[in-house]
Amino acid sequence: MLEIIIQITLVCVSLSMLGFLYRVIKGPTTPDRVVALDAIGMGLVAIIALISLILDTFAFLDVILLIGILAFIGTVAFSKFLEKGEIIERERDY
Amino acid sequence: MNVSVIISIIIGFLLLFGAFLSLVTAFGLLRLPDVYTRNHAASKAATLGVMSILLGTFLYFYSEHGHFNSKLLLAIVFIFITAPVAGHLISRAAYHSGVKLWDKSVQDDLKHKKEYEEKARS
Repeated sequence: MLEIIIQITLVCVSLSMLGFLYRVIKGPTTPDRVVALDAIGMGLVAIIALISLILDTFAFLDVILLIGILAFIGTVAFSKFLEKGEIIERERDY
Repeated sequence: MNVSVIISIIIGFLLLFGAFLSLVTAFGLLRLPDVYTRNHAASKAATLGVMSILLGTFLYFYSEHGHFNSKLLLAIVFIFITAPVAGHLISRAAYHSGVKLWDKSVQDDLKHKKEYEEKARS
């Protein structure tokens, strides 16, 4: 019973990632694409958790934390680039 | 109806809840009209859905294998902290880089920020 539920969940998360991919391709502005890529990172975390449930191993659970951190850093860097035009400022004004 | 059956029912409920919330996120990203409303959908529903799926995974490994994986709990806490912060940052960057609001939105208080500040100062 639990295996069927896991497979249903995997199909739902994959369909929602297809929706995010549509928004990445079509999205009218750049922040749309960044929001959709952040959501794709979250979906990837969910897919790794479900695959480690299917394979019945806990070897891949480090990857979840790693992808969460990488998605956050990527979003922060890209939003700083959009807002200020540079990511690491050279001259600080203090 | 022993304990493991009840725990597997709870796990199934958490996984289905996460699947439902990820579908809701996808519909929000496809159907909403504006980058701010889309960000609103993506940064709330996706966060709660992923957190419930990770909590289901944690309960599964703890009940089936007796394996207390603290990295999953750490990932849940980390996603709960950082996903709204990332949503706020990208929405703020979108506003300051000049993305228009939806046509039918009625109020934009941030546009008059300088006038308000001068009025408060004088």
